[in-house]
Amino acid sequence: MTATILEKSGFNADKKLKVVGTNPIKHDGVDKVTGRAKFGADLFLPGMLVGKILRSPHAHAKILSIDTSAAEKLPGVKAVATRADFPEIKPGSIGGDMTRNAMAREKVLYDGHPVAAVAATSEAIAKAALKLIRVEYEVLPHVIDPVEAMKPGAPILHEHVRTKGIKDADKPSNVIERLDLAMGDVEKGFADADVIVEREYDTKPMHQGYIEPQSCVATATEDGQIELWCCTQGPWVFRDRLSDILKIDAAKIRVQQSEMGGGFGGKTGFYGEPVAVQLSRKAKRPVKITLTRNEVFRATGPVSGTKSRIKMGVTKDGVITAAEAELVFQTGAFTGSMFSNAPQAMFTRYNLKNIKTISYEVVSNRPKVNSFRAPCVPQVVFGVEGVIDELARKIGMDPIDLRLKNAATEGYKTIYGDVFGPIGFVETLQAAKKCEHYNSPLPPGQGRGVAAGFWFNKGGETTGTLNIAVDGSVTLILGTTDVAGSRISISMMAAEELGIPVDKVRAIMADTHSLGFNRVTAGSRTTFSTGMVIVDSARKAITELCKRAAGIWGVPEEAVTFEDGHCRPASSNVGTFEPLSIAQIAAKTMMTHGAIAGHSEMNVTGAGPGFGLHIADVEVDKETGRVDIKRYTVVEDAGKAIHPLQVEGQFQGGAVQGIGWALNEEYFYGEDGRLQNASFLDYRMPVASDVPMIGTEIVEVPNPKHPYGLRGVGEVPVVPTMATIANAIGHAIGIRPNSLPMSPPRLLKLMDEARARNGG
Amino acid sequence: MADLKYEAPNSLQAAVALLAGASGPARVLAGGTDVIVQMETDLIEPQLLVDIKKIPEVRQITAEEGGFRIGAAVPGMEIMKHAALCKAWPGVVDSVKLIGSIQVRGRASIGGNLCNASPAADSVPALIAAGAIARIIGPNGIREVPVEEIPIGPGKTSLAKGEIIVSFLLPARPAHSGDAYQRFTPRTEMDIAVVGVGISLTLDGGGTCTAARVALGAVAPTALLVKEAADALIGTPVDDAALEQLAKAASAACRPIDDKRGTKEYRVKVAGVLAKRTAQQALERVRQN
Amino acid sequence: MTKRHHITTTVNGDEYEFLCEPQQTLLDALRDEMMLSGTKEGCATGDCGACTVIVDGTMVCSCLVLAVEAGGAKIETIEGMAQGDKLHPLQQNFLELNGLQCGICTPGILIAAKALLERNPDPSETEIRYWLAGNLCRCTGYDKIIRSVQAAAKEMRGD
Repeated sequence: MTATILEKSGFNADKKLKVVGTNPIKHDGVDKVTGRAKFGADLFLPGMLVGKILRSPHAHAKILSIDTSAAEKLPGVKAVATRADFPEIKPGSIGGDMTRNAMAREKVLYDGHPVAAVAATSEAIAKAALKLIRVEYEVLPHVIDPVEAMKPGAPILHEHVRTKGIKDADKPSNVIERLDLAMGDVEKGFADADVIVEREYDTKPMHQGYIEPQSCVATATEDGQIELWCCTQGPWVFRDRLSDILKIDAAKIRVQQSEMGGGFGGKTGFYGEPVAVQLSRKAKRPVKITLTRNEVFRATGPVSGTKSRIKMGVTKDGVITAAEAELVFQTGAFTGSMFSNAPQAMFTRYNLKNIKTISYEVVSNRPKVNSFRAPCVPQVVFGVEGVIDELARKIGMDPIDLRLKNAATEGYKTIYGDVFGPIGFVETLQAAKKCEHYNSPLPPGQGRGVAAGFWFNKGGETTGTLNIAVDGSVTLILGTTDVAGSRISISMMAAEELGIPVDKVRAIMADTHSLGFNRVTAGSRTTFSTGMVIVDSARKAITELCKRAAGIWGVPEEAVTFEDGHCRPASSNVGTFEPLSIAQIAAKTMMTHGAIAGHSEMNVTGAGPGFGLHIADVEVDKETGRVDIKRYTVVEDAGKAIHPLQVEGQFQGGAVQGIGWALNEEYFYGEDGRLQNASFLDYRMPVASDVPMIGTEIVEVPNPKHPYGLRGVGEVPVVPTMATIANAIGHAIGIRPNSLPMSPPRLLKLMDEARARNGG
Repeated sequence: MADLKYEAPNSLQAAVALLAGASGPARVLAGGTDVIVQMETDLIEPQLLVDIKKIPEVRQITAEEGGFRIGAAVPGMEIMKHAALCKAWPGVVDSVKLIGSIQVRGRASIGGNLCNASPAADSVPALIAAGAIARIIGPNGIREVPVEEIPIGPGKTSLAKGEIIVSFLLPARPAHSGDAYQRFTPRTEMDIAVVGVGISLTLDGGGTCTAARVALGAVAPTALLVKEAADALIGTPVDDAALEQLAKAASAACRPIDDKRGTKEYRVKVAGVLAKRTAQQALERVRQN
Repeated sequence: MTKRHHITTTVNGDEYEFLCEPQQTLLDALRDEMMLSGTKEGCATGDCGACTVIVDGTMVCSCLVLAVEAGGAKIETIEGMAQGDKLHPLQQNFLELNGLQCGICTPGILIAAKALLERNPDPSETEIRYWLAGNLCRCTGYDKIIRSVQAAAKEMRGD
C-alpha cells in the first residue's frame, strides 16, 4: 500500500536547522553558468538525423490525401512518416486525442497541426523534402473564439463530442463539458448584501514563453527498444503516453530528461517526441527534432483564453455574502484544459458559504492548450479581485482590510470538499498591510493596486532513492524535473535529515528505467513531494544505519538513535559507545552487509495551500495608454523557505510573467485562423528594461504535514498578478480594465471613451 | 536553399557586376539582421548573397563638407560611438539606438534599414528629417538621391537591378537647429515602431522657426515627408499653438493599417502626440546648441 | 550536395576549422560543426539573445551572423569565460545571488554582461537593464540577474 504522507512528519517549529533555510549554490549551477549543462538540443549522437515536421497551413480542413513519394526519393532522406505510421485509436478517447494532436488523422484542427514528417542527413535536405510532400486538403470553416464556438451553427470540430454535464446532450457540440459547482444558497446571500457588483471579463489566449524550444532525440533499435532524450516536465507521463499511442511496452521505452529551459506547464505534454520516435523506428538511426520558435508558438500547448461573468455581494460592514460566476474556457482542439481548477480556486481564500459557478470547456481551432502555472485560474482571478476591489471602494473599506475581514482560516471547508489545515492567508495579508511598499506615499500621478491569490498546491505520485556511498557521501535519484532549483532544495532536506553538509549530497534527474512512476513536475508539487519522498528515503536509510550500528555494538536495534549525523546509544544504559558517523558505518559494513539506501514511493498528500498578496504602483501615459510598472511587491506564504533565494526567485519570476500577461501578451489571429505573431518580436514578453526590481516578502506559516513545513510556491506568484496591475491602473486612470491584455491601444480607447462620456 | 551562393567582393565594381549579372534572386548582405531572418523564416530564397562588408567605402564614417558621409554598411554601434556625429545629428543617432537590441546594433546598418524598406524602419524618418542624401552605384554609374525617394512600398525600393547604396551624406548642421527622433512601442525596447517621428528644425536669432522637416514612419506604406506638418512650424515660435497644428497635420497625413502592432485609429492619434513630443525635444536641442 | 565553404576561425583563443553551407549561421556552426553547444538557440531570428557571442570585440546574436562570415574572426563564447578552475566574477556572482533558474538564457546573458562591463565598469541599474534588453529571461523576472551583474561589477572594480 502506497503511503500518502509520512506518518509523523516530524515537523518541529523549534528545531534548529543547519542546512534548510540557507542559500547554498545550487548543484546544477556551475554547469549552467559555463554552458556545459545539456538541454534538449544539446545531445549529439553518431549517425543522428535531423527531423522536420510538415504542418497544416489551415485552421480547419479534411485531409484528403498525402503523397510522400517525391520526398522519399530525395537523396539524404532516410525516413518519412504520416498518419499511416501511427496506430489507429478511435477518436474521443484520451489516446485518440493524443495521437491526433501528435499527427493529424482525419482532419487538421489548427494552423500548425502536424501532417507529415521527414528525417534526413541535414536540415537543408529535410526542409527541401517537406516541400516535396503533397497534401490535399478540403478546407472547412473554422472558429477560434470559444464563445463563437458555442453558438449553434459554429463549425464543429469533433462529431463525437456530446457535452458532458448537460442533460440529453445528443448533438455534436464544441462544448466538451458544462461543470456546475456550488455550495450554500447564493440567492439568500445576494438578498443579504447591501452592495452587489457584477462584471464581465475576457482574457486573450497567450503562451508560456519558455525560452527553450522543445527538442528531443529518439533512438530506436532493431529489437524494438526506444531511447528518448527530451525536455519534459514528466518523463514517466511521456513514456506511458508513448506506450499507449504507439502500442509499445512501457519497459521498452527509456525516457531520459534533459535539463529544461523553462516549462511552466507547457512541457507537460509531448509535441515532436512521438514523431521523432516513429521516424527513428523507420530510419533505424537517432532522429533529433528541435522545434523552431514559430512552431513553438503555433503548435505546442499555449494558454487558454477565457470569458467570465462574476458577481459578488457584500454587506456595508464588509462581509462578503455571495459569489457567482459563469466562465468559458478555450481548450484548443482537444479537451484537457484542466478548467475545473477555476471554479475550485477562484474564490477559495475567502470565508464564503454561498457560491455558485457554471463553467464551460469549449474546443476551437487552436492547438490544445496547456497550463501556464496555475491552469485556468489567473484568468478568472483577474476578474474576482477586480470585483472585490470595487466592493471595497463602494463600502469605503481599505482593500486589504476587506480581504482580511473575509479571509479563510483553518477549518474552512472549501467548495471542492477539502478542509483547510493551518494556512497563512491572514498572516500574508497582515504582512502586506505592514510592509514598506504598502505604507509608502504614492508618488503623484501613479495608481496603487492590490490583489490576492490562492493555489491548492499538489502532491501526487512520486518516487525517489537515496544511496549512501562507502565514504558516507550521498547520491539521490530524483524523478521530478528540476525546473528552477528544486534539486538543491531536495538535497538540502536530505543533508538536514542526515546531519551532513549539503556538499556531500548530489542528485541526478533519473530516467524512467531508474524509478517508479512520477507524476509531472507541476502543481507546485516538486520540492514538496519529492522532498517528502527523499526525507522518507533518508529516514529509511537511517533505520538501516542504526541497525548496522547496533550490529557493530552488539546491542538491540531499539537501543540506537540517530542524531546530528551520528548513530548513538539511545541512553547511557545501553553502554558506552563512541558515536558512529555515516562514513564510519558505511566503511565498516558495506562490504559485508551490502549497500545502505532508502527508497520511497508515495502518492503524496498533505500539500499546504499557498496564498499571496501583490502590490503594484503604476503610471499610465494618458496620451498613449502605455503603462509603466513603477514598483511591485509579492507577499506570499512559503510555509518554510528551504532555500530563500530560490523562493524569492519564484515570486519574482511569476510576477514578471504576470506583468507580461497583463500588459502585452496575446495571440493575434487573422481572418484565416492563422497565428500572426509567432515570434518573440510580436509576442511581446517583458524585457529587462520593462520592469523594476521586484520586492518580495516570504511569510512562513508552516504546513505541519511536511517535515520542514514547506508549501509549494511555483504557482501562486502568477495568480493575482494581472488583477493587481489592473486594479492599480484602475486607480491611476479611474477606469478598471476588464480585458487582457491591457495594451496601449486598449487603454487609450478606454480613457478616450471615458473622457467622451464625461464631456471631454 | 541548395542553390545559394555567397560572395564577398572587395570592391564596389565587383559587387555591382555580381548583382547585375545575377540570373536568379540576389540580395546585398550588410549587417544581415533582416536578410538572415528572412532567409531563416523562408520569406526570401535568394540564390546569391553579395556581402559588401569587405568594401572600404561602405564601412567608413568621414567628415565631408561640414557634415558626415556614413558608409551604408557601418554597424549601428559605430554610429552610436561616433562623438562628432552624436553631437551634430543626435536625432539620427537616437533612431539608430532604437533599432533592435545591442546585439542587433552590433551588425545592423542604416543602408540595410533603408533597403529592407519596412514602413516602420526607425532610422528612415530621422534621415529624411535631416535631409540625408544617398549615394548609389550601379551598372550605369553613380547617382545621388534624397533618402525619401528610396522606399516605394513595403519591402520595395526604387533601386534598379545591380544598384547598391554606398553611403549617406548628412549635411552640415545649420546654426540654431536641432533634430530628434521618437517612436511609440508597447515595450521599452525590442519592438517594431507603431509610430515613428523624425523632426529637424532651424530657428532664427529671434526664436522663429525658419526651416523644418517632419517625417513619419509606420503610418503609411513608406516613411512620409510631411510638408504640411513642417509648414505648421515654419514662421512660428514653435509654441503650444504651433505644436497643436503640427499634431493635427501629422495625424492627417497618416494612412496606416490595422495590424498586430497597432490599430489605424491608434496610430493616427499617437502620431499627433509623438509629433508634439519630438518637436519639443528638437527645440530643446536647438536651445542647447 | 551544395558546395560547402571551408572556414578557419578562432574561438576562445583556439583555432577551429569547419565546413558550412552558405545559409548556415554562426550559431549553427558553433553548435553543430564546432561542437560548442554552450551557446543556445531560443528563436533563430535575433529576438531573444540566447545565442549572444562576441565577434571581434562586438556583442552580436550568432544567429544573425552567417557561418561563412566567421573566417578569420576572433569569437568569444560562454565556454571561454572561465579561466581553468576560476570562474569569471560574473559567473560566480550569478551562482551566489541566484541570478539563474532554468539556465537557458544564462550563457547569452553572461556574455552580454561581460561585454557591458568591459565597456562600462560602473553601470547604473537602468544602463544594465537597457544593455540586457536584447536578452529575454522568462524565469527570473530579471531582478536577480541585475543584482548579480551589479555585484560582479563592484567586485571587478575592487570597490
